Amino acid sequence: MTPIGTRGEAPLRSDHDIVLARQLVRRITQELKFSLVDQTKMVTATSELARNALIYGRGGMMHWEILSGDSRSGLKLLFADQGPGIPNLDLAMTDGWTSGNGLGMGLTGAKRLVNEFEIDTKVDGGTRVTIVRWK
Amino acid sequence: MERIPILRMGEFLLVTIQIDMHDQLALKLQDDLSNAIQQHGTKGVLIDISTLEMVDSFIGRMVADISGMGKILGAETMLVGMQPAVAITLVELGLSLPGVATALNVERGMALLRRKIDADGADDTDRH
Repeated sequence: MTPIGTRGEAPLRSDHDIVLARQLVRRITQELKFSLVDQTKMVTATSELARNALIYGRGGMMHWEILSGDSRSGLKLLFADQGPGIPNLDLAMTDGWTSGNGLGMGLTGAKRLVNEFEIDTKVDGGTRVTIVRWK
Repeated sequence: MERIPILRMGEFLLVTIQIDMHDQLALKLQDDLSNAIQQHGTKGVLIDISTLEMVDSFIGRMVADISGMGKILGAETMLVGMQPAVAITLVELGLSLPGVATALNVERGMALLRRKIDADGADDTDRH
């Protein structure tokens, strides 16, 4: 396997891109030697956020970066879209609430699967969700 | 066109999901299954996900929908083989798949499904 480097990006423009994003995150977390459960959590969070960027944000990008601290390593992912933004963030962060036809578990569920979660959204200015999971 | 095969075994339908499905493929499977249940008068559907490395809210909803829809069409659904890491993640994600019957593996799932169907059959005989 060729070395993956420490950062990169992947487009989120189609259903197939969501699958590729999941596979990329699986591969990076494997190289970082995450436990199987932690790999699965990060891959599942990726799937939720990539789908959000595609469906609600009308497509976007996933940026990834490997973090290496003194004693730990981790993976940071940024899901960025130029969609309509989220008018009511408190509501969007409620379990079971959805503006589309999903289950309403995407944002809140993804948040529970990672160590750090940050969301930055502006009406008509797109949405950026950053997540970090440490090994 | 890409699709997940559905195997028919008497009054059962068997589905093994072995690939990382994109969303449209999952929806297609849901469609194909409901048609197959109706066409064959299926009593039980067994879905094996033992090789799936991830179940997100989309796939979770698909399974719950198949189970609910199957019930309306007179079929019991059994989800089998979920990997422990997937189960842990799914619960943390907030999906406990209410109303979806599950079993550890295909063998146990099949036995449970048979028992369920036999019990339903007995109920029917009592009533008529």
